[in-house]
Amino acid sequence: MTSRIGVVTFPGSLDDRDTQRAIRLAGAEPVALWHKDKDLKQVDAVVLPGGFSYGDYLRAGAISRFSPVMETIIAEAKSGLPVLGICNGFQVLTEAHLLPGAMLGNNHLHFICRDQKLRVENSATAWTADFAAGQEIHIPLKNMDGRYVADARTLDMLEAEGRVVFRYVAGADEEAGAVPGVGHNPNGSLRDIAGITNETGSVVGLMPHPEHAVESLVGNGRTDGLPFFTSILKRLVSA
Amino acid sequence: MTLDTVDNATRTPDVELPWAELGLKKDEYERVVEILGRRPTGAELAMYSVMWSEHCSYKSSKVHLRQFGEKAPRSDALLVGIGENAGVVDVGQGYAVTFKVESHNHPSYVEPYQGAATGVGGIVRDIIAMGARPVAVVDPLRFGAADHPDTKRVLPGVVAGIGGYGNCLGLPNIGGEVVFDACYQGNPLVNAGAIGVMRHEDIHLAKASGAGNKVILYGARTGGDGIGGASILASETFDDAKPSKRPAVQVGDPFQEKLLIECTLEAFAEKLVVGIQDLGAAGLSCATSELASNGSGGMHVVLDDVPLRDSTLSPEEILMSESQERMCAVVEPEKVERFLAICEKWDVIATVIGEVTDGDRLEIYWHGEKIVDVDPRTVAHDGPVYERPYARPDWQDALQADDANKLPRPAGGDQLRDQVLRLVGSPNQASKAWITSQYDHLVQGNTVLAQPQDSGMIRIDEESGLGVALATDGNGRYAKLDPYHGAQLALAEAYRNVATTGARPLAVSDCLNFGSPEDPAVMWQFAEAVRGLADACQELGTPVTGGNVSLYNQTGEAAIHPTPVVAVLGVIDDVARRTPVAFQEEGQLLYLLGDTREEFGGSAWSQVVHDHLGGLPPQVDLERERLLAEILIAASRDGMADSAHDLSDGGLVQAVTESALLGGKGARLVVPDGLDAFTFLFSESAGRALVAVPRSEELRFTDMCGARGLPATRIGVVDGREEDGAVVEVQGEFSLPLTELRTAHETTIPAVLA
Repeated sequence: MTSRIGVVTFPGSLDDRDTQRAIRLAGAEPVALWHKDKDLKQVDAVVLPGGFSYGDYLRAGAISRFSPVMETIIAEAKSGLPVLGICNGFQVLTEAHLLPGAMLGNNHLHFICRDQKLRVENSATAWTADFAAGQEIHIPLKNMDGRYVADARTLDMLEAEGRVVFRYVAGADEEAGAVPGVGHNPNGSLRDIAGITNETGSVVGLMPHPEHAVESLVGNGRTDGLPFFTSILKRLVSA
Repeated sequence: MTLDTVDNATRTPDVELPWAELGLKKDEYERVVEILGRRPTGAELAMYSVMWSEHCSYKSSKVHLRQFGEKAPRSDALLVGIGENAGVVDVGQGYAVTFKVESHNHPSYVEPYQGAATGVGGIVRDIIAMGARPVAVVDPLRFGAADHPDTKRVLPGVVAGIGGYGNCLGLPNIGGEVVFDACYQGNPLVNAGAIGVMRHEDIHLAKASGAGNKVILYGARTGGDGIGGASILASETFDDAKPSKRPAVQVGDPFQEKLLIECTLEAFAEKLVVGIQDLGAAGLSCATSELASNGSGGMHVVLDDVPLRDSTLSPEEILMSESQERMCAVVEPEKVERFLAICEKWDVIATVIGEVTDGDRLEIYWHGEKIVDVDPRTVAHDGPVYERPYARPDWQDALQADDANKLPRPAGGDQLRDQVLRLVGSPNQASKAWITSQYDHLVQGNTVLAQPQDSGMIRIDEESGLGVALATDGNGRYAKLDPYHGAQLALAEAYRNVATTGARPLAVSDCLNFGSPEDPAVMWQFAEAVRGLADACQELGTPVTGGNVSLYNQTGEAAIHPTPVVAVLGVIDDVARRTPVAFQEEGQLLYLLGDTREEFGGSAWSQVVHDHLGGLPPQVDLERERLLAEILIAASRDGMADSAHDLSDGGLVQAVTESALLGGKGARLVVPDGLDAFTFLFSESAGRALVAVPRSEELRFTDMCGARGLPATRIGVVDGREEDGAVVEVQGEFSLPLTELRTAHETTIPAVLA
C-alpha cells in the first residue's frame, strides 16, 4: 500500500488537480480533501495547493485559515503531520501561524509568471530530502502576493536555525530576459527567501510551484519539482 | 409610482415611452407596437431595446454573416454550428472542443481593468454554457501608438484586468496578439477567446423544454451595473425622484466565476441540466427570451424572486442588468433539490425564478402583476435586419496606388543591419514578455505551448497525448489596403500558425472589429472582409463555428482599420510531436518554405522605416497554404523538423530573430539565388515558413517537399550559442550578436510601459 497524500480544495483553489497529478506521478496516492470537511481521511501528509482561495479577499490565505479542514490540519501539524504549502498554500500557512512571517504584494505591483531558479538551502526537511544541499533547481513561479517579509529577529532566527529552505538565485529567465525589469528576486522577498520550514522540518511553505515541474512536456519542461513528492513518499514509506 | 403592467399598457395606449433614448429607431418602435398589438410596457420596451441593439441582434451584419453558413465547407468535425453560445468541434477519441472569440472593446476603453476582466468572464461563461470545462484563454489586443500617453493608461489596465480575472479563474492564457497602431487610439480592441473541452455526450444547448421544468437563476446577485439604458426608463418615465446614475461598465468577481464554473460542471456531470444560458449582454432579458424561444414551450418568470444586490432596482432594471457571474439553467422538477444542493456546496446562490409552460408566451410577473407578455421569438430572433448601403471608398484607389514597393530601400549591409535592429525593436515586433508574464500560462498542467509560440497548445488527454492548438491573427493594415484579401490573410496566417506547431486546422471563429456601419465605406470594408473570409474558409475546408461582430469602433469620422481577427482551432494526435519556435540544436539546417516575392504593402518594414501604409497586401494563395500546412504537419509527425516558425509580419528576419532568441542559438544565413538581401529579409509574402531540419532528416525532408511541389530553399544553419557570443549573420551583408538583437527586441515594451 502506498502513501496517501491529501490535497485540500478551498473555494478558489486552482492548482489542486495539478498537485494531485504530481503526487500520482511520484507514486503516491492523492486524496482530495474538502475545505468544509474536518476529516483528513487518514492521509499521511497534506499539500495546500496554489490558487486564489476565497478570491484572496481580505488578504491572501486569511479566510481559508479559518476553514474547518484547517482546524484539523493546524492541530495535526503541531503533532508532526507533514504539510507542504505551495504559493497560496504558503500564504495560508503563514496566516495560520504554522510558519512565521507574512506575504505582501510583489514589489513591482504586477502578477508575475516565469521559470525561476532556486537554491535548495536545506535538504533535511520532510519535503526536500531527495535534493542535495546547495542544489540549484528551476521551478515555475506565478503570484501576485509573493513578497516574503518578517522582522529582522525572525529572519535571523530562520537563518540561524537553517529554516530557510529555498532562496531565489540568478539564472533561468531573468538572464534570458523573459521578464524585463525584474531581477533574480521576482517579488522583493526579504533576503531572497523563496521558502521556509518549521522547527522540525515537517511543515514547508514556498512560493514557486513544484507541481508544474514534473513532466518534460508541460510546465517548465523539467522534472525538478518531482523530488518534493518523492521525498515525502520515502519518508512515509520508511516511517 | 404606478407599475406599468400589461393591463396598464392596454388601457393607456397614448403614453409616450423613451424608445429613442433606449436606442430604438422610430420604425423599430412601431414594429414592436405592431408585434404586440398595443404599446409595450416599460419592461417589454427594456427587453426589446437591448435585444434589438446592434450588439445583440447583429442587425447591420446579419445579411453578410449568412455567407458563413451558405459557403460552409462540408466538415465532419462540426458538431454544433453558428447560433449557439459557441460552436463545437469533434477532435476525436470522443472529445469535443468548443471555442469562441468575443470583443469587449468599448468597455475596455472606458474602464480598462474591469472592461477587459469582464470580457474574459463573458467568453468563459459562453464556454461553460455549452457543457465544457474551460481549458485556456487567449487575448488578441490592439492599442493606439505605443508612445501615446493614453496607451499607458489603457494597456496596463487591460493587461492587469485580463490577468487579474483569468489568473484567478485558473485558466492558462496561451496566446493572442498585441498590436499598436495610431488608428486604435480612441478605440482599443480587446478581444477575448476561450477553449473548452467535453465529451460528445455532454454538449448542452440553450433551450428551455418540457412544461413544468424549473428555471433556476444562479451565481451573483443582480445589481445595478451595466444598465444605463434602463435607468432612463426608470427615472424619466416612472419616477423622477429616483437616483439614476448607474455605472455602465460591469464589475467582475473572478472568485464568484470560478465557483460558477465548478458548480456548473458538477451539475452537468450529474446530468441535472436540460438547458442552460449564461447572462451576458442584456442579462435576464436575453437569457429568458433565448431559452424560451429555442425550446418547445413558453416561460413564466417571477421577477420578485431574483436575488438582488440593491433592493431599490425597478423590474426594468432587473431585466436589463448586466451584473456578471450569473447563469440560468432549466432543470426537471425532481432534480431541482440536487441542483440547489450542488450550488450550496459551492456557496453559490441559486433561486427558482420560474418555469417552462406549455404555451408559447414569455410572461414575467412583478408583485403579482403581469409586466411582460411577449412571444419570445420576437424578442430574441425577429429583430430588425438592415441592408445598410455600402460603397467602395473613393480613397481606396489612391491608397492602393501608393506602392510600398517603391519606397527607398536600405543600401548596403550597414543600413540593412540598422533597419533589422529597428524592425525587431519596434513596438509591434518587439517581445511582449512584459505583458504575457502577467498571465498564468501553466495552471491546469496541460500547457504544451504558449505565447510567444506560433499557436497555443493544450493537452486534453494525458494517456493518448491528444491535444488542441489555437492561433489568433489579424492584420488591420493589410485589411485597410484590401479588406477582402486582408481577411483571407488573417485566416491564412492563423491556419499556418496552427500547422507550424504540428496541429491539423479544423475550424474557425472570428471577431470582426470595424467602424460605424452607418458609413458606407466602413460597410463596404465589412462586406468585403466577410466575403473574403467565407470564400477562404470554404476553400480551406475550415467552417466558421461562430464569432462576434464589433461595430462603431470609431471616434468622430475616423474609423479603425478594418480588423477581422481570426481564430483557427487545430488538433494534434500526440502533443509530444509538437514543433516549437526555438532553435534546438546547433548544426541543424534552415529551410525557407514557399515563394518570396517583392511584397511590402502594409508590411512592418514600411511602417517602421517609412511610417507608410499603401499599395497592396501580399498575394493570397490558399492552395499553397494548404500544401504548406500538410508539409509542416508531416514534418512534425515524422520528426523531420525540430523547430519551425511561420513567416508573417516582419518577414524572415523577424522569424529568425525570434527562433534564435528563444533558443539562445545563432544562425548563419545565405541569400538564395534570385533574391536580393533586402527582399529575402523583409518581404511579407504569405504561404511561407522557416524550418530547422536535423541533418539526418534533410534528404527525407527535401524529397517530401519536392514530391509535393513545395519550394524548399536551404538558407543557412543554426550556429553558435548565445553564451559563446553567437551571431545572426547574413553572409556578405552583416553580422549581429544575439546579445544586441536581444537588447533591441526585449527592452522596447518595458521602456514604453513600465
